[in-house]
Amino acid sequence: MADLFSSRTLRRALPWVVIVLLALLLPAVLPPFRLNLLGRFLSLGIVALGVDLIWGFTGMLSLGQGIFFSLGGYALGMYLSLNSLEPGQLPEFFSLYGVQSLPAFWRPFGSPLFTLFALWVIPALVAGVLGYLVFRNRIKGVYFSILTQAALLVFFNFFNGQQKLINGTNGLKTDTARIFGELVGSDGMQRNLFLLTVVLAVGAFLLCRWLTSGRFGDALIAIRDDEPRMRFTGYNPTAYKTLVFAVAGALAGVSGALYTVQSGIVSPQFMAVPFSIEMVIWVAVGGRGTLIGAVLGAVLINYAKSLVSEALPETWLFIQGGLFLLVVTALPDGLVGWWRSGGPGRIQAMVGWPPVAATYPELDLDPAVQAEKAELEGGAR
Amino acid sequence: MSPQATVPAAGSPEAPLLELRGVSVSFDGFWALNDLNLRLAPGELRAVIGPNGAGKTTFLDVITGKLRPTRGDVLFQGRSLVGTAEHRIVRLGIGRKFQTPRVYQNLTPRRNLELAVSRRSSPFDLLFGRLDSTARDRVQHLLGVVGLEPHANHRAGGLSHGQKQWLEIAMLVAQDPQLLLVDEPVAGLTDEETERTADLLKQLAGEHTVLVIEHDMEFIRDLQAPVTVLHEGHVLCEGSMDQVQVDPRVIEVYLGSEAEGEFR
Repeated sequence: MADLFSSRTLRRALPWVVIVLLALLLPAVLPPFRLNLLGRFLSLGIVALGVDLIWGFTGMLSLGQGIFFSLGGYALGMYLSLNSLEPGQLPEFFSLYGVQSLPAFWRPFGSPLFTLFALWVIPALVAGVLGYLVFRNRIKGVYFSILTQAALLVFFNFFNGQQKLINGTNGLKTDTARIFGELVGSDGMQRNLFLLTVVLAVGAFLLCRWLTSGRFGDALIAIRDDEPRMRFTGYNPTAYKTLVFAVAGALAGVSGALYTVQSGIVSPQFMAVPFSIEMVIWVAVGGRGTLIGAVLGAVLINYAKSLVSEALPETWLFIQGGLFLLVVTALPDGLVGWWRSGGPGRIQAMVGWPPVAATYPELDLDPAVQAEKAELEGGAR
Repeated sequence: MSPQATVPAAGSPEAPLLELRGVSVSFDGFWALNDLNLRLAPGELRAVIGPNGAGKTTFLDVITGKLRPTRGDVLFQGRSLVGTAEHRIVRLGIGRKFQTPRVYQNLTPRRNLELAVSRRSSPFDLLFGRLDSTARDRVQHLLGVVGLEPHANHRAGGLSHGQKQWLEIAMLVAQDPQLLLVDEPVAGLTDEETERTADLLKQLAGEHTVLVIEHDMEFIRDLQAPVTVLHEGHVLCEGSMDQVQVDPRVIEVYLGSEAEGEFR
C-alpha cells in the first residue's frame, strides 16, 4: 500500500483525480449560490495565471489587466444581448439614448463563432499592440506599471462615457439573456458554466505550464532576471515580452467572459483601478512564479472576501491590506513558495514539535537536500 | 575638442575582422571616446588596458551596439554595425563577457548554456523546436571543460564567484562567436583560477578572435598578447607588453592619474 502511494505515476495522477472528483461532486453538494461563487472565483484564477505569467515569470508588473478582462466580458456580453432578440429588434438600452440602428461594430457579435474567437483574440491583439509599443521603447519596471494603469483609466473612462455605444456605466446585463434556449442566469446553465470554467481553468493552467517549463520558460526567467544580458545572449526580449503579454491578455479575455456570464453583468467596474491591483495581490499571496499559487490565490482570497464580507462587512479591506503586507514582509514567495521551501516544518519547530529528522534537521529537512535526495533515488530506480 | 574621423592606413596585410574608424562618443559634451582607431585581425588575441575612465567599457558598448557612436564607424567583416540592434550583432558573431559575472541565477548552469548554445532565437523556435543532439553534446562538453558537471542541475545562483565567471565564459564559447569581447575576466578570481583563465583564452584565440580588457598586469603578461593602451578615449600606443611597459607616455598616464604602482 505504501509502495502504491509513493509510486510516481500515482503522485502525478492524484491532483487530476482530485480535480475531476471535485468538479463532479461540488455541483451536487454545494447550493447553487456557493457553486456560482466558486465558478466566478475559479474564472478569476485564469486572469491570475496571466498575471503570473507576465509578472511572476517575466518580471512585468501590469496594473492594467482589467482592460483585457473587460474586453473579453464585453465581447460575450454583446453577443448575449443580441442573441435573445427578435429579428429587427435592438437591445433595450439603445432606445433610452435614441439610437435607431445597431452601431456597426456590434454587428459581427451577432455571430457565435465570431464571438467565440473575439473574446480572446481582441484582448490578445490589444495587449500585443500596446505591449509591442511599450517594450520596443524599452519601457520597463515601475514606468511600465504606471503606463498600464494609465491605459486602464483611458479604457475605463471611454467605456463609462459611451452610453450610445455600449450602455456606458450601466454595462450589459447577461443573466436575463438566453443561450441555447435557456436563461443564462438559471441554475442549470450556471452549473454547466461552472464545469466549463473548471475545464478552461485546467486548460489555461496546462498552457501556462507548457509555456514556462521548456526553453521558452527559461527565456522568460532570463528576461526577468537580466534583460540586457538576454540581448547579449542573442535574443530579442521585445518579441518574448510582446508574445507573453498577448497570451496574458487572451487569458484575461477568457477569464472576463466566464466571470461575466457567472455574475450576470459586465460593466466598466471591471476596469476599476483597485480590481486590477487585486489581481496582482492574488498572485502575490498565492505565490508568484508558481502557477498553482496564482489560481489558489485568486480562489482563496476571493472566497475569503465573500465570507468575511458576509460576516463582518467593511473589515475586508483591512484584511486584504494586512495579507499583502504579510506577504511582502514575511512570505516573498507567497503561500505556495513558503510551503515548498519547508515553511510548515519551521512552524512545527517553532511550537516545539519539530518534524522528525534522521540526522541533523538543518541537513535532513533542507528542501534543497531533499530535492537532491529525490533526484538520486529517482536516478537509481 | 572636435575629433576628426580619419581612416587609418592599411597596416595589416589581412582584411581586419573588426575595425573601428575614428569612433567618438560624447556624453553631453564629455568625450568618452575620442577619435578611436583600432583594427583586429582574424584569430588575433589582443589585450586592451588603460587607467580608470580611459573609455574601456564604452569602447565595448560601442562595438556591441549598446551605445551609438556620435561619430565614426564600426566595421565587422567589412559591414557597419552602427544602428544594428544588440541581439543581431550577437547573432553576427560577436560575444561579450561582462565585468561582473552575469549568469541567469534562477536557471541551472545547464539551462544557462542551453540558452546560449541555441542557434535559433525566436520565441516560436524555443516553444516548438528541440535542441538538437550536437547542441546538447556541446553543452555537456562545455560543462565538463569548466568543471561544472556536478552542479549542472542546481541553481546557478548558488555557484561561487569563480564558478560563475567560468560559467559565463562557457556561455560565451557556447555562442561560438567569431569575436569574443572579454571585460575583466579575472576580477575577483584566485591566482590559480586566473592562470586557468589565461590558458583558456589562449586556447580560444586562433579559432576565435579575442579581445580582453583587464586591469591585472600579471594576467596580461600571461596572455603574451599585443597590448593596446587606451587613455582618455584614445589609443595611446600599441605593442608588446614589454614595449608598452617602458613607454614614457604610458608610465605618465598611469602614474600621473592613479599611481597604482603596477608598472614597477
